[in-house]
Amino acid sequence: MKITRNLLRTRGTAVISAVAALGLLSACGGSDSGGTGGGVKDGKTTITMGLFGVMGFKETGLLEEYMKLNPNVRIEAEIAGDEQTYYTALQTHLAAGSGLKDIQGIEIGRAKELVDTQADKFVDLSKVSGNDHFLPWKLSQVTGKDDKVIGLGTDIGPMAVCYRKDMFEKAGLPTDREEVAKLWDGDWSKFVEAGKTFKKDYKGDKVAFMDSSSGLFNAMIYGNSEQFYDKNGELIYKDSPVIKEAWNLASEAATSGLTAKLRQFQPGWDPGLANSTFATTVCPAWMLAHISEKAGDQNKGKWDVAKAPKGANWGGSFLGVMEKSPVQEEAKKLVAWLTAPEQQARLFEKIGNFPSSQKALEAPEVANAKSEYFSGAPIGQIFGAAAQEIPDEQVLGRKDGTIKDIFSQGLTLIESQNQSPEKAWATTDERIEKAVG
Amino acid sequence: MATQTSPAAAGDRPTKEPAGPARPGGGRQQTTKNNRWSTVLHRLDVKGAPYAFIGPFFVVFAAFSLYPLIYTAWISLHRAELASMDLMEWVGFDNFIELAKDDRFWNALGNTFTIGVLSAVPQLLMALGLAHLLNYRLRGSTFFRVAALTPYATSVGAAALVFTMLFERDFGMINWMLSLIGVDNVDWEGNKWAAQFAISTIVIWRWTGYNALLYLAAMQAIPLDRYEAAAIDGASRWQQFLKVTIPGIRPTIVFTIVLSTIGSTQLFGEPLIFGQGPNGITGGADNQYQTLGLLLYEEGWKNYQMGRAATVAWAMFLLLILIFAVQRLLKRLAARSS
Repeated sequence: MKITRNLLRTRGTAVISAVAALGLLSACGGSDSGGTGGGVKDGKTTITMGLFGVMGFKETGLLEEYMKLNPNVRIEAEIAGDEQTYYTALQTHLAAGSGLKDIQGIEIGRAKELVDTQADKFVDLSKVSGNDHFLPWKLSQVTGKDDKVIGLGTDIGPMAVCYRKDMFEKAGLPTDREEVAKLWDGDWSKFVEAGKTFKKDYKGDKVAFMDSSSGLFNAMIYGNSEQFYDKNGELIYKDSPVIKEAWNLASEAATSGLTAKLRQFQPGWDPGLANSTFATTVCPAWMLAHISEKAGDQNKGKWDVAKAPKGANWGGSFLGVMEKSPVQEEAKKLVAWLTAPEQQARLFEKIGNFPSSQKALEAPEVANAKSEYFSGAPIGQIFGAAAQEIPDEQVLGRKDGTIKDIFSQGLTLIESQNQSPEKAWATTDERIEKAVG
Repeated sequence: MATQTSPAAAGDRPTKEPAGPARPGGGRQQTTKNNRWSTVLHRLDVKGAPYAFIGPFFVVFAAFSLYPLIYTAWISLHRAELASMDLMEWVGFDNFIELAKDDRFWNALGNTFTIGVLSAVPQLLMALGLAHLLNYRLRGSTFFRVAALTPYATSVGAAALVFTMLFERDFGMINWMLSLIGVDNVDWEGNKWAAQFAISTIVIWRWTGYNALLYLAAMQAIPLDRYEAAAIDGASRWQQFLKVTIPGIRPTIVFTIVLSTIGSTQLFGEPLIFGQGPNGITGGADNQYQTLGLLLYEEGWKNYQMGRAATVAWAMFLLLILIFAVQRLLKRLAARSS
């Protein structure tokens, strides 16, 4: 009797462990139901969103409001702080076909790659009603074959120059934003010249004229309709006069000691803002929120915004709906609502993300907006004017984001590693070959 | 459970049963049948159950170690991009040849080696000293032992982040302290050796206590009479340490060296977080602290070239095998010569 019981117990354990092992395996096999996407349960629709950085929907309470307007909808947003991390995860999920959210944010630097290689995994948003209010070039950036639109635009990044009035005064430069803009009107090289004057005449602690040379580089190349790629998708950065000119000027700034040798949004930059180690930074509209947060109350009113030498667009995002989503229709509605002119205008008011909607640009709360933090600068007017200067065609390339990173690092080689611009260019060139080849 | 009943007893039981005349033959046959069945079960129990018990490990091992290993080897023979893994293009050993020709690989290999030496050697030496001290009769010895292990319990991410702030160029605490003695700001991230030193510091901080406790455990297993004998012979503390303690814990030292070699080869989290952002992935703007682990990550999750990333992974694996082969060989040679 005892034996049998023992046997049974042993066998039982063995069976349990075998089942457990199989269970482990099958759990990893995953299901093809669309991973973590939402669904309909008890008449309530759950929509999941994957976002990055400060897209602002959750932060400004827009998602909450949508849920109030639509009591049957529940929105779960997951926000990654860093876009690189976010995009890596998105790529992995797209490749695996699971783990995708119903709505995924798309950063402009990745738009072309997604349009070219992953368009079939996104829902076509070209027929969504009321999507005719965007700036002419915005939707064309995410339009692929057969006029399929894989995302609706959220914000854009018209650029200006944010500067420290108190430091300009110490260097004997004008402080009024109109006159400051005249210092470098129409030509970025005048901006570098102003920096040289600043460096020469500034009295006081060690303060650099600008934060980083890569900010200047970005501002220069994004004023052109073509950057690293041409319209046919060919890499042209090697021979492009625009890139060459931007590289030369940025490396001139770097070698003349005009920069604080920082990298935007990297460690050191935030404390640089808080401790006032540089006088200017080229700032797209969405950067104002970051500056005011990191520079803090002690620097309130010391910052101001002046028109950039040339209009350019840096950044901006889109919201796409995944083909696998079980709640496509609801998700489309949400995306349309979030990107509607009224909501874009409100996002701008609250956190300064500049609308990509022509209609929102004309709204009085955008056009007349002033920033208290930046000495009451009429940011609606300044960025609005910059937005009108952005070339009507914006050619994107597949690896724009990656190439931009490599160029930034190339400039760091000059700034922090004291490499010659020629050598740094050769390294940059070689790295791009590796990264996109 | 199976061991509670000895196999002999179980197998013999039927024969021991008295064959009473009162029992009908059919009943007896039934018993034999039952017995045979239970013998089979018993065999299974004794011979099969152990396999069932260790089975789950091997199933999991096959699924999560062996299969990925083989699949990685398969991918490394292809040109494959993350976004289109279903369309792999066979390239044979091209990836390996390319890797061997790639400066970045040799640079990463060199960095992995230098950071490994910079972190492993001081770490093990310090651990040895620390263990020796902990081995003395101390008041509150448990406290010190737990304290030694605390850094090990900290996550890589947290530790690396804090150290990154300490080593920050403009406002970091270390540069501030250096400025007190008149040293100019050191660009810890930008300068090759400074960066490698800073990263090694994180590794040393995290692992010294852990190794110290391993040494301590081994030291406590050394019989006290050896020390007494040494003391009678007039050996000083230092001599005792060299002639008794070190030989006594030699196997543990070898073990920790093996562990740190593996750890160094796979060094990844610390440099990644140390650089933060794009610079972390490439191990600095000039790849000045890019390790093999980071190179793998850059190829796979920045350039999305899975074939090349898999090649780096296999190169790392082969490298570890090579290191151990060399180590075994040296050990054998050493044994033969003595």
